[in-house]
Amino acid sequence: MKLVWKLLRRHISLPQLAGFFLANLCGMAIVLLSVQFYKDVLPVFTSGDSFIKKDYIIVSKRVSTLGSFVGKSKTFTEQDVEEIKQQPFAKGVGEFTSSQFKVWAGMGMENTALQMSTAMFFESVPDEYVDVSLEKWDFDEHNPVVPIIIPRNYLNLYNFGFAQSRSLPQLSEGVMGMVNLDIRISGAGRTETFKGKIAGFSNRLNTILVPQKFMDWANHTFAPGSRNEPSRLIVEVNNPADDRIAKFFKEKGYDTEEDKLDAGKTAWFLKVIVGIVLSVGLLISVLSFYILMLSIYLLLQKNTTKLENLLLIGYSTTQVALPYQLLTLGLNAAVWLLGMGVVTCVRSSYMELLAKMSATEQEGGLWCAWMVGGLLFAIVSLLNVLAVRRKVESVAKPR
Amino acid sequence: MNSIELQHVLPAVFAGRDAISSDVWHQSIALQRGETYLIEAASGTGKSSLCSYIYGYRKDYEGIICFDRKNIRNLTANRWVEIRRTSISMLFQELRLFPELTAWENVQIKNSLTAHKQSREIKEWFAQLGIADKMQTPVARMSFGQQQRVALIRALCQPFDFIFLDEPVSHLDRENGCIMSRILTEEASRQGAGIVVTSIGRRLELDYTKTWKL
Repeated sequence: MKLVWKLLRRHISLPQLAGFFLANLCGMAIVLLSVQFYKDVLPVFTSGDSFIKKDYIIVSKRVSTLGSFVGKSKTFTEQDVEEIKQQPFAKGVGEFTSSQFKVWAGMGMENTALQMSTAMFFESVPDEYVDVSLEKWDFDEHNPVVPIIIPRNYLNLYNFGFAQSRSLPQLSEGVMGMVNLDIRISGAGRTETFKGKIAGFSNRLNTILVPQKFMDWANHTFAPGSRNEPSRLIVEVNNPADDRIAKFFKEKGYDTEEDKLDAGKTAWFLKVIVGIVLSVGLLISVLSFYILMLSIYLLLQKNTTKLENLLLIGYSTTQVALPYQLLTLGLNAAVWLLGMGVVTCVRSSYMELLAKMSATEQEGGLWCAWMVGGLLFAIVSLLNVLAVRRKVESVAKPR
Repeated sequence: MNSIELQHVLPAVFAGRDAISSDVWHQSIALQRGETYLIEAASGTGKSSLCSYIYGYRKDYEGIICFDRKNIRNLTANRWVEIRRTSISMLFQELRLFPELTAWENVQIKNSLTAHKQSREIKEWFAQLGIADKMQTPVARMSFGQQQRVALIRALCQPFDFIFLDEPVSHLDRENGCIMSRILTEEASRQGAGIVVTSIGRRLELDYTKTWKL
């Protein structure tokens, strides 16, 4: 094989391969960097609300002083919901269902004398708006444990207000997830106790969320026959930066949580920009792939006689194609690894900045870039290998 | 492989001719293993074409060529690789050596594929053919006669049932031709192989079973 390589490496053009190498490295680095950057930066905007779909708006009717006195309805009628659904910016509309029964929640830790209890309420939205994995976000009436998502503010209220003033221990989100809540529900002459588990914390949802399935069951059991209209809606939108959204809600006199919309807007712009950068990177990658293919084709063309002679003295097409295939594989792998090196360098410089900006912990590593890079490497290499093979086979074909 | 049969084979370019007088073209003949054949021809009568048809790198002929009664027109690429490694050896008229490799490397590139000969045996052949001092010389710097001898050594570095030599002595003197004949006969009889030689004038001195005019 050494001799074959000695023969076939003739006419390899270093400038051409270097050109390919740099161009492909450029493309690869851009692609990997944009993917990694997107993954790293997105949590800053959506901070920790990974269980809720990204682009949504919560809508309610405005509570006015006069309205409160005259008892004007604050709920959405079916027509209202239908109207929002018809809007071009809306992808889907979900209704908040509120509890029609009385709820008390208590928190206690075993082996401590600590016991707290409070009257509260529950709300639910359809499951497709919640991204918690289904087994965690479910309710079974025979083995009743209620998963709950609470606003992160509640934890802060406890930690920085209540706990400090009473010299109680502060609780992290992880510990809260392990704490059992005792939930007492009464209505329709019955009282029952359930276990509650905190499934997540939200910055953006100002409510106490339980699974829709539990809510339907509980409303049916503890408040049979009562049907209420939703006072809040969750609207999934295609593009939170769409100005028609603000205009429509203003016209109708609905309240939206504006600042929450801003985070959505920023996230959306981030997505667009990363998308553009990503496509530029991909374009460069595709072009560099063409450079390599041209270079290899030229090489094969210049070495056609040698290839032909090798085939005639008994070498198989696989053996003859192998050196060129290994050459392209090696180049592509080097590009991948170097690209990852670039990403690691650049990332370490912006991660410091991000860590200062964002309160939430940055989790996850480079696996996303590794995977995208690997995929790109696999596709490009496969195409290279096949193209070389086809070219050699065309030389081998009898005239 | 025991026999190569040609049934009414004719190069496609000859198809338009009115009359063909040849012992080979458009005849039914068979080459048998262990025999020695000479195909004599004037230039332009298609002897290199005949070699390329049998060696599977050209298909522009009419009629049927068979290996052991099996038509070769539709053999797979892999089967041809196998045939070229183990059944048919070819000394091309244009030699098809690699000019940038040395004489020794040109032989090794074949022998490393088949692992058929010891280095010692190959060196012995180089010595017998009087080119031992040229082993490390790039083929590009050798005369055609010397190159023909290198090509012969390469052709012998594989097992074969038939060996084809297309004008093997066109640039060799009588003495070297005799050495070549001796080495060739030795190697072919060891393997019980058939020898097919073509010639347009000077012929390799062998005991030919049959001579055909192309």
